[in-house]
Amino acid sequence: MSVDILMPALSPTMEEGTLSKWLKKEGDKIASGDIIAEIETDKATMEVEAVDEGVLAKILVAEGTEGVKVNAVIAVLAEDGEDAGDVKPKSNGAAAPAKSDAEPVAKEEKPEPKADAEAAPAAPVLSDPSIPEGTSFTDTTVRDALRDAMAEEMRRDETVFVMGEEVAEYQGAYKVTRELLQEFGARRVVDTPITEHGFAGLGVGAAFGGLKPIVEFMTFNFAMQAIDQIINSAAKTLYMSGGQMGCSIVFRGPNGAASRVGAQHSQDYASWYGHVPGLKVIAPYDAADAKGLLKAAIRDPNPVVFLEHELLYGTSFPVPDLDDHILPIGKAAVKRTGTDVTLVGYSRMVGFALQAADELAEQGISAEVIDLRSIRPLDTATVIESVKKTNRLVTCEEGWRFMGIGAEICASVVSDAFDYLDAPPARVHQKDVPLPYAANLEAMSLPGVADIVAAARKVCYVDQE
Amino acid sequence: MATKPKGAKKAPSKASKAELLEFYRAMLLIRRFEEKAGQLYGMGKIAGFCHLYIGQEAVVTGMQACLKDGDQVITGYRDHGHMLACGLDPKGVMAELTGRSGGLSKGKGGSMHMFSREKNFFGGHGIVGAQVPLGTGLAFANKYKGGDNVSLAYFGDGAANQGQVYESFNMASLWDLPVVYVIENNQYAMGTSVARASAEVELYKRGISFEIEGEAVDGMDVLAVKEAGEKAVKYARSGKGPYILEMKTYRYRGHSMSDPAKYRKREEVDDIRTHHDPIEGLKGQIIEAGHATEDELKNIDKEIKGIVKDAADFSLESPEPDASELWTDVLREVEGV
Ligand SMILES: Cc1ncc(C[n+]2csc(CCOP(=O)(O)OP(=O)(O)O)c2C)c(N)n1
Ligand SMILES: [Mg+2]
Repeated sequence: MSVDILMPALSPTMEEGTLSKWLKKEGDKIASGDIIAEIETDKATMEVEAVDEGVLAKILVAEGTEGVKVNAVIAVLAEDGEDAGDVKPKSNGAAAPAKSDAEPVAKEEKPEPKADAEAAPAAPVLSDPSIPEGTSFTDTTVRDALRDAMAEEMRRDETVFVMGEEVAEYQGAYKVTRELLQEFGARRVVDTPITEHGFAGLGVGAAFGGLKPIVEFMTFNFAMQAIDQIINSAAKTLYMSGGQMGCSIVFRGPNGAASRVGAQHSQDYASWYGHVPGLKVIAPYDAADAKGLLKAAIRDPNPVVFLEHELLYGTSFPVPDLDDHILPIGKAAVKRTGTDVTLVGYSRMVGFALQAADELAEQGISAEVIDLRSIRPLDTATVIESVKKTNRLVTCEEGWRFMGIGAEICASVVSDAFDYLDAPPARVHQKDVPLPYAANLEAMSLPGVADIVAAARKVCYVDQE
Repeated sequence: MATKPKGAKKAPSKASKAELLEFYRAMLLIRRFEEKAGQLYGMGKIAGFCHLYIGQEAVVTGMQACLKDGDQVITGYRDHGHMLACGLDPKGVMAELTGRSGGLSKGKGGSMHMFSREKNFFGGHGIVGAQVPLGTGLAFANKYKGGDNVSLAYFGDGAANQGQVYESFNMASLWDLPVVYVIENNQYAMGTSVARASAEVELYKRGISFEIEGEAVDGMDVLAVKEAGEKAVKYARSGKGPYILEMKTYRYRGHSMSDPAKYRKREEVDDIRTHHDPIEGLKGQIIEAGHATEDELKNIDKEIKGIVKDAADFSLESPEPDASELWTDVLREVEGV
C-alpha cells in the first residue's frame, strides 16, 4: 500500500509554506525519522521527518515551490515490496506538477486571513496629530516595529538592555528580539534561565542600580511567576521610599489568547495590572503605536507593563518614517469616526471593532472606534467625549468581564456622562470560564466581530431582546 | 553526603524475558504514538503546542515499573508518554490531543493539560516548574494519611532552574516527604543548552544543600532507569524522605512542533539516534539473549501500530465536545453542607 506524504503544518498559525528543498530523491529508501525535505513556514525553515518507511516513489511538488497548502500531497511513498513505478497519490488533493519553477499549488479562494497573518482592516486611517504632515510611511509588522523600537532606544541609551528567555541566541521565541544580539552583543541582550520570578526581580534591582531593563516574558502567562516583583517591588518602591527610589523598567511580551494553547497559556492581563497604582500599562493595536509607545515606555522613569499580542505580530501596518517616532502614554486614539455608537477596545479587539464598524456601516449604523492604547492611565476623557456624541457605548476586551476593563470604562462613563447615555452600555468579553482547548469551545469562548456587531445593534435598539 | 558522579552504567541483564518484552512494548507504544501525533499535527488535526517525547521513552517506562497501586505521577507539558506509561488508553490520550469529547479531559485541556484520577496521574502542567511543588504536596498528603505511597515528580533541565523547585526541595527534606524528583535532562530547554542556563550542570547535585540524595542515571537505558528508580522509590517509601534522579536523556524532535531546532547540529541528533536509542538498545539485548527474533519483534511493532492507528481513528471520529461543556467544571457543586 502506498502512503501519501502531505505538506505538514509546522506551527499553530501556518496555512501554506515553501517547499524549499528535497533531501531525498525518487527511488531513495526512507526510514521513519529520516529528514526528507525542508520547508519554510511563516516563521522559520523546518525539516520534515518521515513517519512511515518505504521507498520514495514520486515527488509531486518540486523544490522551490511557494505557497504549498498544508495537507497538499507532496510525494508518495511505496511501502515494502511495492513497485515504486505503480503508485499514485490516493487523495485527489492539490498536487502541484513536478517542474522546478512550478506555479504555486492551485490557488483556491484565499481563506479568511486569520491568526498570525491577520489582515489589518482597511479603515479610514485618521491622521495622528503627533505625526507631522507630509510624513511618509512604511508597511511594517508589529513584530518588527517592536524590534525597531528597542534597537533605536538601545542605540540612544547605553543603559537600556534586554533580558529574558530565548531573547538572544534563539532570536526570541516569537522573533521579536531578532538580530538584537548581533547588533548589541551578549552584554546587552541577555538570555536568562527559566526563572521568571528571579529575573524580574533582578531587573527591578538593576533598575534601582541605574539601568533601564527591558524584561521580556516569553508570554505574560509566565509573568504570573513574577507578579510579586512587578507589583510589590517595581510598582510600590517609589511610594514607599518617599520618592527616593523608583525604577525605570519595561516588562513586555505577548498577552492574551494565542491559538489553541489552552487555559494556562491564554489570558488577558490588562485588568490585572491595570488595577495597580505605581504601574503604567500599555496595550497597543497597530505597529505605529507599538513602536511609538514602546519607545516611550523605555524612556519613562516608571515601571511599565507592555502587553503585546502574539496574533498581531505578523500583521503589517503603516509606520511613520521618522527618526524618533515616540507617542505620549495615556492617550487613546479615535481610529474611525462615527455618530451612532462608540466601540472602545484595546490590542487585538481594536481590529475586530474596526471590522465590526465596517459591517455596521453596511447596516446603516455609524460606529466610532476608539483604541485605548493605554490601560493605565486610562484616557476616559476621549471615551466620554465620544459618548457625548454617539450616546451609546460598547466596550470590547479579550479578557473576562468580571472586574474587567469594560467595567471600569462603564463606571467612568456612567458617573461622568450619565445624562448622555441613550442605552445601558454593553460589554463584549471572553466567556467567564478558563479558555478551553477544543476548537469549537475555544471559538465560543473568545469574543469576535460578530459579538461586537450584536452588542452594537443591541445598544442601538435595532435588536430588541 | 553521598552523591554519585556517574553517567552511563552498563545494565545487568538479570531482567526476565517477560519484563524485557514488556519494556519493549511500552516504549514502542510511546514512540509510535508520538510519531502519529506529529503526523496529525502536521495535518492540522492537533493544534496549539504539542511536545513530543520521542527519545525519552526509557525514562517513564523504567520508572513506572517501580511504582505500586496508589503511587502518583505528575509532570509538565511533555506528558503523552507519562500517560501511556501509567496505563491510560491511547484513544483517550489521542482524542484529547485532537480536542474531542472522547479525550481524557473531554477535549478541554489539550496536549499540555491532561489528567487521570483513576490512574493517579495528576497532569499535565503548562507552567514550567509548577508541577514540582504539586508533586511534593501529593507526597505530603501520602505521609499525612499514613500510607506508604510515593509520588514521582518529573521535570526538565530547564525547569530545574525555577525557584519553586528549591522551595520544594527544602520542605520535602525538612519533612521527609516520600517524593522522588525525576529530572529529565534532555540537554535542552527549548533552544537553551544546560550549560548556557545552569551554573551547576550536574543536576543531581542540586539537592546537596538540602541534604537530598541524588544520582545520575543513563536515561537511554530502561534497565538502568529501573534499577535506580527502585532504589529511590524504596528509599522514599521507607520514610527516609525525598530522592533526586537525574536522567540523562535526549529529545529527538524540536521542543514543540514549531521549533526549527537550529541550536543543535543534525549530527548530534543522529549520533544519539544511532548509538543510544533506548528502543534499539533494548531490541539488541532481547535478540542477543535469544528472547525473541527480529521477526517476532516486527510483529509486536505491527500490533502496536494497529493500536495507535485505532487511537488516531478514534481521535478523529470522536465528536467535538458538546457546546454545553463550555460552562461545566468551573466550580464543583457544593453538596450536603
Ligand atoms: C513559567 C514558564 N516559563 C516559560 C515557559 C515556556 N516554556 C515552555 S517549555 C520551556 C522549556 C522547558 O525546558 P525543560 O524544563 O528542559 O523541559 P523539556 O521541554 O526539555 O522537556 C519553556 C521555556 C513556560 N511554559 N512556563
Ligand atoms: Mg529539557
